[in-house]
Amino acid sequence: MSDVSVLRELIGRQSDEVLVEVERGAIRKFAEAVGDTTEACIRGDIAPPTFPTTIRIPIPGLTFDLARVLHGGQEYRFERPILAGDRLRCRTRLRDVYQREGRLGAMTFLIIELEGRSGDGEPVFSGRSTVIVR
Amino acid sequence: MSDTLTTHLSPRELSVGSALPELRKEAITKLQLVKYAGASGDYNLIHTDDETARRVGLDGVIAHGMLSMAFLGEYLCWLTGPTSIRRLTVRFAEMVRPGDVLTCRARVKALEQDAGGQRMTLELWAEDQRAQQVTFGEAEVVTS
Repeated sequence: MSDVSVLRELIGRQSDEVLVEVERGAIRKFAEAVGDTTEACIRGDIAPPTFPTTIRIPIPGLTFDLARVLHGGQEYRFERPILAGDRLRCRTRLRDVYQREGRLGAMTFLIIELEGRSGDGEPVFSGRSTVIVR
Repeated sequence: MSDTLTTHLSPRELSVGSALPELRKEAITKLQLVKYAGASGDYNLIHTDDETARRVGLDGVIAHGMLSMAFLGEYLCWLTGPTSIRRLTVRFAEMVRPGDVLTCRARVKALEQDAGGQRMTLELWAEDQRAQQVTFGEAEVVTS
């Protein structure tokens, strides 16, 4: 049972800041898996726009049964592209939890945010995931 | 760092409502899903193990929604270059399975000139071989 009231108590909870080193090899491996033909991504110079999905930082106290979650939607915003060699200070946060009636009955929606900043604290990118728990 | 030579659009020729050139991807394979699981860190077995997929009521493995979003990301890079992308927002509407062929398409939703250059809002989507939109959304790009 996904108890919405329990989940709602976690709204605002965030992870610690994690330092993510963007490796050229990781960019290349990601581009290759996607079949991405963008030269700069194949070379590993510039990360493809959905590369931040590789940054997975758990929020303390928030766990899922993978068999019961769906990825409903995703957003990424960029102040600049993510580059090989970037050292990004990243953090995830549970922004919201709500329930909606959907095609499959009552479903719980979680909005999870991810942000990445450069070493000097300038925002580089942000992500917003909609996770649906059946 | 500009990838001008590899882009497929000259925004000056566009207007609101313009349909953009499409990008057709190769058919999705099970091997690709295994590679994508490794590259992305999404190890949910419903994408790579048929037995697990069947246990949750699917016919077999389904593609990661994020793979179709990655195709749209590549599409933006192909259209206007990897340094042009400011935002990509999608919803995952339908399941994608191995063997499906996705085609990325877009239309110009808004165009404005700002200090940073030409800002363009696109409506974009990936559709399968049955012309069903599997993943759709919006993007903002800025070109000089």
